[in-house]
Amino acid sequence: MLRLEKRRQPSRGWAWATPLLAVLATLVFGGLLFAALGKDPLVALQTIFYDPLLGEHAFFYRPQLLVKAAPLILIATGLSLGFRAGIWNIGAEGQYIIGAICGAGCGLAFYPMEGWFIFPLMVICGALGGFLWAMIPALLKVRFGTNEILVSLMLVYVAEQLLASVSLGLLKNPQGFGFPGSRNLQQYDSAHNAEIFAGTGMHWGVATALIAVIFGYILLNRHLLGFHIRLTGEAPRAARFAGVIPARLVVFCLGVGGALAGLAGLFEVSGPAGQVSIDFNAGYGFTAIIVAFLGRLHPVGILLAGLLMALTYIGGEIAQSTLGLPAAAIQVFQGMLLFFLLAVDVLTNYRLRFGGRVKA
Amino acid sequence: MKMNKRSFLAGTAATLALVASGAMAASHAEKLKVGFVYVGPIGDGGWTHEHDKGRQAVEAEFGDAVETVFVESVPEGPDAERVMTQMALGGAKLIFTTSFGYMDPTINVAKKFPDVKFEHATGYKTAPNVGTYSARFYEGRAVQGTIAGRLTKSNVVGYIGSYPIPEVIRGINSAYIHAKKVNPDVTFKIVWAFTWFDPAKEADAAKVLIEQGADVILQHTDSTAPQAAAEAAGNVYTFGQASDMAEFAPKPRVSSIIDNWGPYYIKQTKAVMDGTWVSEMTWDGIGAGMVGIGEITDAVPADVKAEALALKDSIASGAYHPFTGPLKKQDGSDWLAAGETADDGTLAGMNFYVEGIEGSIPQ
Repeated sequence: MLRLEKRRQPSRGWAWATPLLAVLATLVFGGLLFAALGKDPLVALQTIFYDPLLGEHAFFYRPQLLVKAAPLILIATGLSLGFRAGIWNIGAEGQYIIGAICGAGCGLAFYPMEGWFIFPLMVICGALGGFLWAMIPALLKVRFGTNEILVSLMLVYVAEQLLASVSLGLLKNPQGFGFPGSRNLQQYDSAHNAEIFAGTGMHWGVATALIAVIFGYILLNRHLLGFHIRLTGEAPRAARFAGVIPARLVVFCLGVGGALAGLAGLFEVSGPAGQVSIDFNAGYGFTAIIVAFLGRLHPVGILLAGLLMALTYIGGEIAQSTLGLPAAAIQVFQGMLLFFLLAVDVLTNYRLRFGGRVKA
Repeated sequence: MKMNKRSFLAGTAATLALVASGAMAASHAEKLKVGFVYVGPIGDGGWTHEHDKGRQAVEAEFGDAVETVFVESVPEGPDAERVMTQMALGGAKLIFTTSFGYMDPTINVAKKFPDVKFEHATGYKTAPNVGTYSARFYEGRAVQGTIAGRLTKSNVVGYIGSYPIPEVIRGINSAYIHAKKVNPDVTFKIVWAFTWFDPAKEADAAKVLIEQGADVILQHTDSTAPQAAAEAAGNVYTFGQASDMAEFAPKPRVSSIIDNWGPYYIKQTKAVMDGTWVSEMTWDGIGAGMVGIGEITDAVPADVKAEALALKDSIASGAYHPFTGPLKKQDGSDWLAAGETADDGTLAGMNFYVEGIEGSIPQ
């Protein structure tokens, strides 16, 4: 008989081993899935994991990995603070959109003027936009005790409507022949989030993501506020005795999460994406939730998880076009990753016992 | 996955040989690789589904002389740029990018690969190696408008718009003009779904329109949800969009607009093979076969059917232009004088309703 026994303390060893185990299980079952679709599983896995890193065209894919991972890491780092404290911001996608709209709007307001101060100002506006959007669920929760999960999630749909609205109206390119979408910021030097070193994929968003990871690490491990965040998540009652003011923590966690998501949106719209358009948001805000958990809500883990996730996206696209794997199979593959992660998570908190009481 | 890199590679070498990588494609110099970038899943039954049918038509036409590759559900923006680059690196010499939002990415990638030809659907930016193509769906809307104007008893025609962009506004205007022509009492109720494909939203939009008295519904969204809603409501007529949606025939679906990209894709592939490809802005309609009119069912009275088919024929032959004056804009200002037809520039950027349509275009 197989039995689960609760550990007195979550196992540290398993906490680090489970992501690896989950990745391994995903490889095995993903391989089976690809085999069932009539593709050689080894070739498929090689296409997804090896080719983007070391294959023939890796010179192109490696920088792309940074471009794809940066927004995920930036958003996930912000989210992880809240998740650690049991504050569930599910609406990063909305904060990402609003950050992009505010940042791009700020830049476009100056068009066609050139000036060094324009881009920094856009960065501030982007962060502020995301921050304010996250303040809605934060203040509603603090003031009226509303559920931040619902409010932040619903605000994603509001943000999407706003995005459609500004793409068709306020920010529409006056020289776009009536088509939706703003001017392309890549063609406006002062507002363009260009690569810092050409050909490396390293744009300001990537740099900011790395800085956020470092700050996240310091905050959680070396700072009283970080301790309070962890304490609130692990033992809310003890946290109150320790003098943590829950309302302040809610505002801080949602605020930082929103600001980082807003920054991600701004860097994306002013760099790789280039323009505000109806379908600008590509789901980074939701995928970042997976990345945050895949990375164990730990800044360094998130960095690795973000890169891994980006790898499955890029490798998945290559597998689609070279092997003819359907997009749905790639999505199933990514879904497996989270599924296995959550499934094997049980090992962190429980221990498997064989045999034992058989009387019942 | 414990094996080391070397044995891993050796084990797959045999299979790898079957997979055409860029280097492999180069050794089969005569085989043309054609790439397709799709915005939705090929199973959406609408926009992307029809583009993929076009891709299959290319395969069927040229057989072993071509190899087609595609990637579905590619978000517009940097992801699209990466997928196109990856196809070009992989040896594709002709790439069809099938969504408006791929416009700037296509131009960006085309700059890096001057030897690769790009065809961008529904955009307005070209380059020496980028052509554009689009279909004059408004011609099909004229046929639908005629049938709708004749069929409606409540004189209320519902219209599910996707996004208020020129393409969709053209369709609304064309349908309205021709419904009004056969039924002066007709009014249009327009609901904006702000999606191209979302069965739940589309069903809601259809229900709202039916509640407001619409007994004919036109849709510029791709799912069959409005058809199902109309079927449930009973006496409501609909038209298939993008695909034929024949599973809802003979009623509620009484006809359809079908996107037919196959002939164009075959033509352009041939041009690249022959080395005669040039950058063009193609905008074809019923005449060239890019816009198909699905079978008009027996739920439509015979005289109406004949009238609709006659209109279709006169558009196809070029004898009649759906935007022929006298026409005024919604605000009452003159647009086209009697006998004058709209120029393509105005149509391409159309952002106004014609006189008689109520409501305003959302901004």
